[in-house]
Amino acid sequence: MSASLQNLVNQPYQHGFVTEIESDVAPKGLNENTIRMISTKKGEPDWLLEFRLKAYRHWLTMQEPKWPNVRYPKIDFQDIIYYSAPKPKKLASIDEVDPELLRTFEKLGVPMNERAALAGVAVDVIFDSVSVATTYKAKLAEVGIIFCSISEAVREHPDLVRKYLGTVVPTGDNYYAALNSAVFTDGSFCFIPRGVKCPMDLSTYFRINTESSGQFERTLIIAEEGASVSYLEGCTAPKFDSNQLHAAVVELIALDRADIKYSTVQNWYAGDENGVGGIYNFVTKRGLCQGVNSRISWTQVETGSAITWKYPSCVLRGDNSVGEFYSVALTNHYQQADTGTKMVHLGRNTRSTIVSKGISAGRSNNSYRGLVRIAPTADGARNYSQCDSMLIGQQCGANTFPYIQVHNNSAKVEHEASTSKIGEDQLFYFAQRGIGAEAAVSMIINGFCKDVFQQLPMEFAVEATKLLGLKLEGSVG
Amino acid sequence: MIVESAKTLLEVRGLRATVSGIEILKGIDFTVRTGEVHAIMGPNGSGKSTFAKLLAGHPAYAMTGGTIAYEGRNLLELAPEDRARAGIFLGFQYPIEIPGVANSQFLRLAYNTLQEARGKDELDPLEFDDFVRAKMKLLEMNPDFLDRSVNEGFSGGEKKRNEILQMALLQPRLAILDETDSGLDIDALRVVAGGVNQLASRDNAIVLVTHYQRLLNYIVPDYVHVMDGGRIIKTGGRELAVELETRGYDWVGAEFRQAARATA
Repeated sequence: MSASLQNLVNQPYQHGFVTEIESDVAPKGLNENTIRMISTKKGEPDWLLEFRLKAYRHWLTMQEPKWPNVRYPKIDFQDIIYYSAPKPKKLASIDEVDPELLRTFEKLGVPMNERAALAGVAVDVIFDSVSVATTYKAKLAEVGIIFCSISEAVREHPDLVRKYLGTVVPTGDNYYAALNSAVFTDGSFCFIPRGVKCPMDLSTYFRINTESSGQFERTLIIAEEGASVSYLEGCTAPKFDSNQLHAAVVELIALDRADIKYSTVQNWYAGDENGVGGIYNFVTKRGLCQGVNSRISWTQVETGSAITWKYPSCVLRGDNSVGEFYSVALTNHYQQADTGTKMVHLGRNTRSTIVSKGISAGRSNNSYRGLVRIAPTADGARNYSQCDSMLIGQQCGANTFPYIQVHNNSAKVEHEASTSKIGEDQLFYFAQRGIGAEAAVSMIINGFCKDVFQQLPMEFAVEATKLLGLKLEGSVG
Repeated sequence: MIVESAKTLLEVRGLRATVSGIEILKGIDFTVRTGEVHAIMGPNGSGKSTFAKLLAGHPAYAMTGGTIAYEGRNLLELAPEDRARAGIFLGFQYPIEIPGVANSQFLRLAYNTLQEARGKDELDPLEFDDFVRAKMKLLEMNPDFLDRSVNEGFSGGEKKRNEILQMALLQPRLAILDETDSGLDIDALRVVAGGVNQLASRDNAIVLVTHYQRLLNYIVPDYVHVMDGGRIIKTGGRELAVELETRGYDWVGAEFRQAARATA
């Protein structure tokens, strides 16, 4: 990927680029009328409205999950605007931007002309993204790949959406997934037809027709028989949003011999150093290896959000299918993360790998929570899990909650865990060789995360490396 | 070697220091000039290692009195990494393990950091690889050291060789080796000593902190100091080390106390 493309990839969603019409803003609160209004505004077919209403009715009967190892005040779901929330106020010039944010851009190497856009300054055209995106889309269409917003997919490819939506994460799966199913406003849709290897990494950035996907984003990716795709979500540049609660749902479906690789770098606003503000990121991500010999691989680098609640999972239904989860979760200051994965083995000779690296600094709390379930049908299933935690400083916490359920005697399940610390003595050793604390921590952390970073697409890995160093700045020494 | 035109590298006067509020160093005077090799000997708990680490700026040690000048600058004003960049090297008694960080990466970053501080060219990974392999050969080190994590799972002897390798790469002005000889078999001792002797020149100086005279069979010191109770209580030439080997440390202490009483 060229440098300029790379820069594009690292843009956040284009919040602040679309002119809002006041009348499109729904009143606060959630009831069936809100959902009907969303559906009508988007011109949705009846089945989708039914899908939403069913989810909503289920949601009303559900309780917020209490088991995650996170603390936050009760969310008032009637105090949220569920459709077309107003855009944050635009700034008149770059001089009004928080200098701390500008410094961050500088550290991450965000080109000068893009900083203003990222920071939400009203600049008409900063660079021509449309032409790049159009070329990109045309190239994908040539091989029959559909990549568009989910709203567009509902209009243009309703049969596909109807066939797969909610098949991996059912409407009543969990509290936040039900809420998402009821009120999602947009997201991405991606369809790779039989036998097609997607010629490039797909990134949310290149989805044209960018409506703000907002707090309740919905993503659906389908790879047909023998198809493969690598999908990138997120960016390393800090992403600000006036919405505190984010509850996305991502569904992946891999048919026979299909291969889906899903990579995320998440750097949403984490709140300030005292734990004030920040995004609650309550996400349901799940992939279904429906076909034989299929493979789904999740790689995530989670550095942002005040609270992360997220378990990208794989249901290994097809015989010989493979599920993978590679994760780095970093928390600092007062951030809380309860994240991990679920590997559900149903088919024969299914294999899964879990590599989780948790880094806690400041007064943060970082938990790994993972389920490995071997069903009675999963003859010869194998799992390998490795969960490592690193602590920086004296006031942070790290926890590992592995759940292992084996119902088949032929299964092999391995779990390894370790906890380490960046100590004063290590930093002194580096210092005595001339290496300052910042460079030392960065080197230690990158060594610690190596197994995960090497799963990321090259450019993403470089960015992620820089990002971790930046997030830990000032937390040691 | 004692050199005619030697410059003073390190000048310590009346140094006092504490660890967790307990006074360990109780008034040390110590001078090192370029070209010299000093040995600091003494029983366990005499303050030798504390002195070595304090010179390198270990954060656990608080200086409570006296002065330290390094090349005429107040050493206290320099952060540990700046001391390293100014040419102070500490060979650790217990080298620290850094899991996940490849030795090659660590060595190159250290080397390039010092090169930059000295206004010299940095080496790219390929150039560095050649350079470091040549140095390792001299120290009879196995090349797969480079791919292993820093000191992780190294034997005691391997760790010490790794320290000497770092010294050979970084070319310090003042090398302080804290019990580099402890835990070494005779072959390793010979190799380590060879590395130290190779470094020694008229422009730099070496301070060996050691328990035993054994190392001094290979590295000949110009001065031998005996430390006890947080002070340097006797200074002599190479022959003092031999005497200590046969007579132990007690007599030096007794002599010192007697002298102290006489002057009181």
